[in-house]
Amino acid sequence: MENSMIPVAVFFAAVFTNNILLTNYLGMCSFLSVSKDLKASYGLGIAVTFVMATTSAINWAVYTFLLEPFNLEYLRFIVFIMVIAAFVQLVEMVIERVSESLYAALGIFLPLITVNCAILGVSLFMVIRDYDLITSFFFGLGSGLGWFLAILSMAGILQKLKKARIPRGLEGPGITLIITGIMAMAFMGFSGILTIG
Amino acid sequence: MARGAAKKTFLKPLGRDNPVFAQILGICSTLAVTGKLENTVVMCIGVIFVTTFSEGTLSLIRKWIPARIRMMVETLVIATFVIIVDIVLRAFYPDIWRQLGPYVGLIITNCIIMGRAEAFALNNPPGLSLIDGLASGLGYSYVLIVIAFFRELMGTGQLWGVQILGDWWTNWTIMVMPAGAFFMLAIFIWVVKGVFIQEEQHGK
Repeated sequence: MENSMIPVAVFFAAVFTNNILLTNYLGMCSFLSVSKDLKASYGLGIAVTFVMATTSAINWAVYTFLLEPFNLEYLRFIVFIMVIAAFVQLVEMVIERVSESLYAALGIFLPLITVNCAILGVSLFMVIRDYDLITSFFFGLGSGLGWFLAILSMAGILQKLKKARIPRGLEGPGITLIITGIMAMAFMGFSGILTIG
Repeated sequence: MARGAAKKTFLKPLGRDNPVFAQILGICSTLAVTGKLENTVVMCIGVIFVTTFSEGTLSLIRKWIPARIRMMVETLVIATFVIIVDIVLRAFYPDIWRQLGPYVGLIITNCIIMGRAEAFALNNPPGLSLIDGLASGLGYSYVLIVIAFFRELMGTGQLWGVQILGDWWTNWTIMVMPAGAFFMLAIFIWVVKGVFIQEEQHGK
């Protein structure tokens, strides 16, 4: 593949074929608890996409310019999670100052994001797969959009499902997991298009 | 410490209050490694180690943690133990470490550990917190080990890398695919909930 095409390929692969939720199981906790509500899913999806794209770029810079030169790679877990937490805090403060309505819509989701495993996962995958800065950014953006897509479709399906009769033992998380499984199977249909390692 | 309290603390997360099927917490990082039993067991040992000791540590210092930055402190303590697990795995089991990839690091964001630290370790003495951490880790691990057992057995006909089922067995490829993990977990929760519901009806 041509070098300039790699970020594009990684972006599409992260949205469809290597969806962070459906193939790597990351971000399940907030996915299961928030997808009951369509509006909240929308808000959280936007917040996750934004934070994922930016923190993956920041973490790339921190890893390449700070950790690698000093052989501190083993500290990456602590450093990455600190960067994410600090960044989320910063975004929260900025949003609070700039736009009252945006804060009302997204404010409650931001603290949740710090412990969203998908965000840290993206940063760790990026290190393992040796992406460069641009690719990391697009990988973060694509993973965020993929997660957004998954939670939004799940929220839509669950709304329709409210009227359905579900076996008592399956109510709540059980049925959500089964639908997630079916969605994962549907997304397997994309797998011929692209692959990333 | 009363022995009764210790026993109760130990048994609660193993049964009805199991973090996985009561609250669906913390499946993110570990569901991904349930494709092979061996990886799952290693991962579970790591999780048990981290939950036990991070809860114990947090409980020891709970009186000095300022409330405003407690999440930060919790994350730092958990991350420290995760780094220990990562380094040990890398040194002694490099093959498994490579297969687990980023998932060892993701133990940090496992909601169970943070959740138990918030809910239990910050309000209870260190001894009890250690027990609670151990029990939460165990309760969580057995669910995953059951899932891994069925996924590996049905998906590849093997257990722990050893061929168990003969030639007559057709591998269920879906089981080793990501979708299989979702289905297995859903079925597990269904069965457990069904048992609880029946118990309730008999109790009345």
